[in-house]
Amino acid sequence: MDLNSLTIHALSEKLSKKEVSSVEATKAYLERIGAVDDKIKAFLIVTADEALKQAEEADKRRAQNNNITPLTGVPISVKDIFCTKGIRTTCASKILAGFVPPYDSTVVARLKDAGAVILGKNNMDEFAMGSSTENSAFQKTANPWALDRVPGGSSGGSAASVAALECAASVGTDTGGSIRQPAALCGVVGFKPTYGRVSRFGMIAFASSLDQAGPFTRDTIDSAIMLKAMAGFDPRDSTSIDAPVPDYLSEIEKGVAGLKIGIPKEYFIEGMDAEVEASVREALKILEKEGAVLVPVSLPHTEYAVAVYYLVATAEASSNLARFDGVKYGLRVNESGNLLDMYKKTRDSGFGGEVKRRIMLGTYSLSAGYYDAYYKKASEVRTLIKNDFETAFKACDIIATPTTPTPAFRFGEKVADPLTMYLSDIFTISCNLAGIPGVSIPCGFTKENLPIGLQILGRPLDETTVLRAARAYERAAGCTLQAPAL
Amino acid sequence: MKYETVIGLEVHAQLLTESKLFCACSTKFGSGPNTQVCPVCLGLPGVLPVLNGKSVEFAVKMALAVNCSVNAKSVFARKNYFYPDLPKGYQISQYTEPLAERGYLDIDTNGGKRIGITRIHMEEDAGKLLHGEGPEDSGSSFVDLNRAGVPLIEIVSEPDMRSADEAQAYLKSLRDIIVYLEICSGNMEEGSFRCDANVSIRPVGAEKLGTKAELKNMNSFKFVKEAIEYEVERQIDVVESGGKVVQETRLFDSAKGITASMRSKEEAHDYRYFPDPDLLPLVVSDDLIEGQRKTLPELPEAKRTRFIKDYSIPAYDAGVLTASRDLANYYEEVVKATNEPKVSSNWVMGELLRLLKEDARDVRDCAVTPASIAGLIEMIKNGGISGKMAKEVFEAMYKTGKTPQEIVKSTGMAQISNEDELSRIIDDVITRNPDNFARYKAGRVQLFGFFVGETMKATKGQANPQVINKLLKEKLDK
Repeated sequence: MDLNSLTIHALSEKLSKKEVSSVEATKAYLERIGAVDDKIKAFLIVTADEALKQAEEADKRRAQNNNITPLTGVPISVKDIFCTKGIRTTCASKILAGFVPPYDSTVVARLKDAGAVILGKNNMDEFAMGSSTENSAFQKTANPWALDRVPGGSSGGSAASVAALECAASVGTDTGGSIRQPAALCGVVGFKPTYGRVSRFGMIAFASSLDQAGPFTRDTIDSAIMLKAMAGFDPRDSTSIDAPVPDYLSEIEKGVAGLKIGIPKEYFIEGMDAEVEASVREALKILEKEGAVLVPVSLPHTEYAVAVYYLVATAEASSNLARFDGVKYGLRVNESGNLLDMYKKTRDSGFGGEVKRRIMLGTYSLSAGYYDAYYKKASEVRTLIKNDFETAFKACDIIATPTTPTPAFRFGEKVADPLTMYLSDIFTISCNLAGIPGVSIPCGFTKENLPIGLQILGRPLDETTVLRAARAYERAAGCTLQAPAL
Repeated sequence: MKYETVIGLEVHAQLLTESKLFCACSTKFGSGPNTQVCPVCLGLPGVLPVLNGKSVEFAVKMALAVNCSVNAKSVFARKNYFYPDLPKGYQISQYTEPLAERGYLDIDTNGGKRIGITRIHMEEDAGKLLHGEGPEDSGSSFVDLNRAGVPLIEIVSEPDMRSADEAQAYLKSLRDIIVYLEICSGNMEEGSFRCDANVSIRPVGAEKLGTKAELKNMNSFKFVKEAIEYEVERQIDVVESGGKVVQETRLFDSAKGITASMRSKEEAHDYRYFPDPDLLPLVVSDDLIEGQRKTLPELPEAKRTRFIKDYSIPAYDAGVLTASRDLANYYEEVVKATNEPKVSSNWVMGELLRLLKEDARDVRDCAVTPASIAGLIEMIKNGGISGKMAKEVFEAMYKTGKTPQEIVKSTGMAQISNEDELSRIIDDVITRNPDNFARYKAGRVQLFGFFVGETMKATKGQANPQVINKLLKEKLDK
């Protein structure tokens, strides 16, 4: 088996047995990127020199038996939304072209501390706004399973890089489904932790009350390994939760016997893809066979989730993106020497269409005279959606749904119709509004060989049970790594 | 028609914390441009604010000092607008749920008045723009972000003031308090204590408030008064000549002594306030509030009243002596040692403050200790030196930091009160001036002064005048 198709835990075992070095693994991944990324375009920047240096360090660390973690020497990639010290960070936007942060985001710093090797930065929708990665200012990422289709978004580059075996794992962010949706569309595991579980420091903000970082991996055990390294209180993020991080691996094989799985009727809707529905229902049967009890639950305010999301997220974004003004860093277009003109021209040429659309939506919903009807009302409904989950979790331990209503769509298919595009996040958005953890795991393929995702949601801070259930399915369904032919 | 003036003030005070409101950068004033900045206060991508706990304590202290109720929960909000001195494109402030509300402050104009305080909230300061001061390009503007993120409190009053004098009295009183609390330098020129005024007029007896103008750019107490007085006249002129006051922001031009329109209501920003999702609601515990309450010092007003009552000194003296906590403490130490409140006040308020003022120094940096002043007062009282000599001794004390005893000893300035010694000197003076002695005896009693003067001359001014008077009377009139 190729080095670059191993899971983290398999590679880690080989590294600890000295069957292979981190430098060898890193070279294997760099070669793979060199061979396939022209087709996939998952990377905005590949930092080969730095990666090899980190690999050498990791090998030394392992040789000296110095603070070894399962990630020590494992090559991964990160979404270009995470600030990386000394490495260009653009958020796939022209407005940040050439921006080199003087600091690492907490997520990157923790992964580096664990000994992970960072191969490069992944493509994404500009400022994480999108569901197809088509909104990147620089390139389109292809779905490794069907090169004429999108990988999902906004963390499309991360999902595609894991699916295309260009890295052992990747890190993305999820504001309304931006980890789970591309994970489903690319056939990998994508985990969004509880809001506040992973520090947002150094992660370029889209919607601060919703953004959360999480891993893309080949299986759920890898997901647990990555999460353990990333999670935990950070004094630099006031919204990070000061709670102990459990050892996710110690519980992960416990199975689902007796676990109550809530099936929300609002998530099996008309118009959803028949193959997707069939696969998900089949997955639920497998979980039932494993001893889980399926209970019908209701999340009655689900129908408002998309509207609430596009009011709250755009409002926060309109403010978060105000700092990109041409004054301090990044792009500046200054032809007339007039301040207002500089602002307008910089932001007009620096931001793409979708980003501008969302800034305008958000500015509108916060405006005097509209605030109460839009932003404030949306915040109130958000509380109702959160309450829906609290109520549901009284009757069940986890909730299972499809991740997306359809498998991967073709390039350009939804670009012209933003509303249709927004609906591809219909099953993932509520989880962010409620701040709860959720995972998408592969649960089969369509006849056209497009991956399908099963979503499992859990109680706040109960990543352990979510992972346990996901692992139970993965094990029972006999999921082994499926790699696309490239 | 008679008009009534209605004034409300919005005061911004920079808190004297070591570090900024949401990062660890220093708040020191006067460093080189952009030397006290970090990714957080520069608004770099992805960084997050973390609240400085000390600033909350300071703000709570002020809230308690002006009788506000501190809210158990308050919320930081973003005030969104574009300006190059605002690195994030929004200012973190508080809006619908401020730190503290419903306070008041008593001022003592026209027999005393209570001014309501609507709210006190916390916010971060913006940076500074320098126009055309670049080394190469005088046509450019430059941004200095050292001040960006320095903690401020904004104290908003009710529209309770009815004259520029009342506004000035309120502002002074507020400044005295904030300086007493040692949470703000109170320096208006440096901008660490800033004031905007909302000014309107209405016919006397009318209930409805008139349309207000917001006055800005008044960086001294004098300018606040001048600006308001000008603005009131202007608004009366507008109304009297059939016009309408428009809601607008006006800048005070101190050189011309006028206010001029900066922007109208239509041009006013829509700040699109909303709760800052990067910060949790600020929860202030009862423990914190009570802890701060315990550290509250005696405030200026209370101290003034106590000085008048306990020391029987005039209200004017009490006012001057309580202008700062250090001065008041100094004075009280002198009184403790002398038990002479009025004499002590004369020396501290008169001589000491005069010299300090000449040198623009603070009582804190003064070389003369309260014990030394007390010693000087004691020497005058027991005749050790004359009042006139005492002033010279005091100046020497001020310059050298020595005690009055040391100075008197080293300069030989001690007063001669010894009657035998003075008696011999006077006899000598009389012997040397037989003519004048004869004329005095013949009835020219005005010549008494001549003999006093001669005696003083003979003692180089060190004779105790009372003793001279007594002895001369005895000798001349016998």
